[in-house]
Amino acid sequence: MRAYVIRRLLALIPTLFFASVIVFVTVRMIPGDIIDMMIAQNDISANAASRTQLEAALGLDQPMHIQYVRWIGKILFQGDFGSSLWQEQSVIEEILSRLPTTFQLGFMALCVALVVAVPVGVWSAIRQDTWGDYVGRSFSILMLAVPSFWLGTIVMVFPAIWWGWSPEVRFISFWQDPVGNMLQLAIPAVILGTSLSAITMRMTRTMMLEVLRQDYVRTAWAKGMNERTVVVRHALRNALIPVVTLIGLQAPILIGGTVIMEQIFVIPGMGLMLLEAVSRRDYPIITGVFLIVGVAVVLINLLVDLSYGLLDPKVRYR
Amino acid sequence: MSKLLEVTGLTTRFRTERGAVMAVDDVSFDVDAGETLAIVGESGSGKSVTALSLMRLIPNPPGEITAGTVMFEGRDLLKLSDAEMQAVRGDRIAMIFQEPMTSLNPSLTVGLQVGEPVQLHRGATWKAALEKAGELLMRVRIPDAKARVDAYPHQFSGGMRQRAMIAMALACQPKLIIADEPTTALDVTVQSQILSLLKELTRETGAALILITHDLGVVARYADRVSVMYAGRVVETGTARDIYKRPQHPYTRGLMACVPRLDGALGSRLVPIEGQPPDLSRLPPGCAFAPRCVDVTDKCLLSRPVLEDVGGGHHKACFVPANAAAGVPAHA
Repeated sequence: MRAYVIRRLLALIPTLFFASVIVFVTVRMIPGDIIDMMIAQNDISANAASRTQLEAALGLDQPMHIQYVRWIGKILFQGDFGSSLWQEQSVIEEILSRLPTTFQLGFMALCVALVVAVPVGVWSAIRQDTWGDYVGRSFSILMLAVPSFWLGTIVMVFPAIWWGWSPEVRFISFWQDPVGNMLQLAIPAVILGTSLSAITMRMTRTMMLEVLRQDYVRTAWAKGMNERTVVVRHALRNALIPVVTLIGLQAPILIGGTVIMEQIFVIPGMGLMLLEAVSRRDYPIITGVFLIVGVAVVLINLLVDLSYGLLDPKVRYR
Repeated sequence: MSKLLEVTGLTTRFRTERGAVMAVDDVSFDVDAGETLAIVGESGSGKSVTALSLMRLIPNPPGEITAGTVMFEGRDLLKLSDAEMQAVRGDRIAMIFQEPMTSLNPSLTVGLQVGEPVQLHRGATWKAALEKAGELLMRVRIPDAKARVDAYPHQFSGGMRQRAMIAMALACQPKLIIADEPTTALDVTVQSQILSLLKELTRETGAALILITHDLGVVARYADRVSVMYAGRVVETGTARDIYKRPQHPYTRGLMACVPRLDGALGSRLVPIEGQPPDLSRLPPGCAFAPRCVDVTDKCLLSRPVLEDVGGGHHKACFVPANAAAGVPAHA
């Protein structure tokens, strides 16, 4: 098991290498040069000399592969992700200060997704073709069809029009007021969670129907168990194995979703930082955030793979 | 004294795309305490559905028990509430299934699954149930049983899994065990071990056994009485000896002719029954076996024969007198 984890972590290296190259190159290919933006904003009279000066100061005059080696070398040997091109602030410090908020939002959304998806999926399966099943399935189709950014905007706008109420836009830190912080994040978490729950719920339902047809479930009935024990003890665990895989695959969608939610509800997480950085072409921040997100996605999938061992005794890590 | 199990007029219907099908049609039989009844027939003859109907494990929809009574220990199982039936299953009546490879839950330990009925019906703690599971596994002669309590089904061979299923069935010392083709999926060498074990353990515990099989060799060795099923109906019933020595129904005689015998004349051929088992959604108005029967008469095509006593508790559902039949000779 330990050897397995170490091997999986080593496999992170090539993955992150390719990811970092792609991110590093693509951000520099976004139309709209940072130098132009800086010049426009600072109202410097734009002549060729000041351009080259600025480029050299920011290190953008070098060929791209040199820039890459410098950047990655600093990360590898000094743990230094560079600084923002605009504000001189350390990228890694900024990321680390915002990461917990994004993580919290993502985790809350995932909890909402599972709390909705698993019971509804199981209920839909064991009451197949009853009104409860139809309601559950219609709800999931609806949540699949409704984009979370639309729902988020609606929640921002309509309560304000009807009741003069709108979600708090001033961020409440968890350490100052945990309850207030949870309540603030609850709305985006519920919106994101329910939209994620749609696919998970359908997967749970399908797998549950499949498992309930298995011989060992009939054996469980033949032993005289009531429905709850049959479902919870004998069916659910086997049905959840593919659901866990699905959750791992949804990790990038979840992170993408938090970016959108942070933007709509003005939550100072990594997503909001990323969006601002992209609009300002702040290359070190963009590449830094993507690298961290890449690590997160790979680690989530490692956790998912390890959790198979808990669910399926046939899985042994070697 | 009344019988342990008395099934009367049991009818189970399945709704299919081509209309309702009577998988079990007016089936009656009984089982005495400690007795072994074999239910014999081809695939699709309704023998497994009969077994599942007794346990009320027919998936509904599409299946439904539409008529009959199943009197067990003085109560009609078909009239019990779900909770009452759950108290019977696994405690008073246990079932062993055909596929040992898939009948055990892959994600739970064997010990937990074997001990589960004890925990469920006897209110034992899990610790006591697992201990009991170890004893049961030892009783079905699984080597190193105590250590195997914590093993998972995939670490067991097919024969060992079926032993574990038997242990599970015996857990609460049921009065009746229903074994639905318990050895069909196993190697030939393991088959007789499993059946002998099953027979021995039912004798020890005094449990009655309903053995569902298509193997007449099994019937001769292990059954006290036999019911032969064809197209959802019982066509012949009697003691194993009568069925074997004096089969009355042409179908039973056909089945006998398919079984290789050590005492058969040298060079004698096995005679297959011509034709296919009938499509249950399009049964002929007369005897269901008529299209394949070598002794068929006009009467067979028009009306359906019912079980009649031919002496000594031996019944058959056939119009043609056995001595007048020209067909396959019985082994006498």
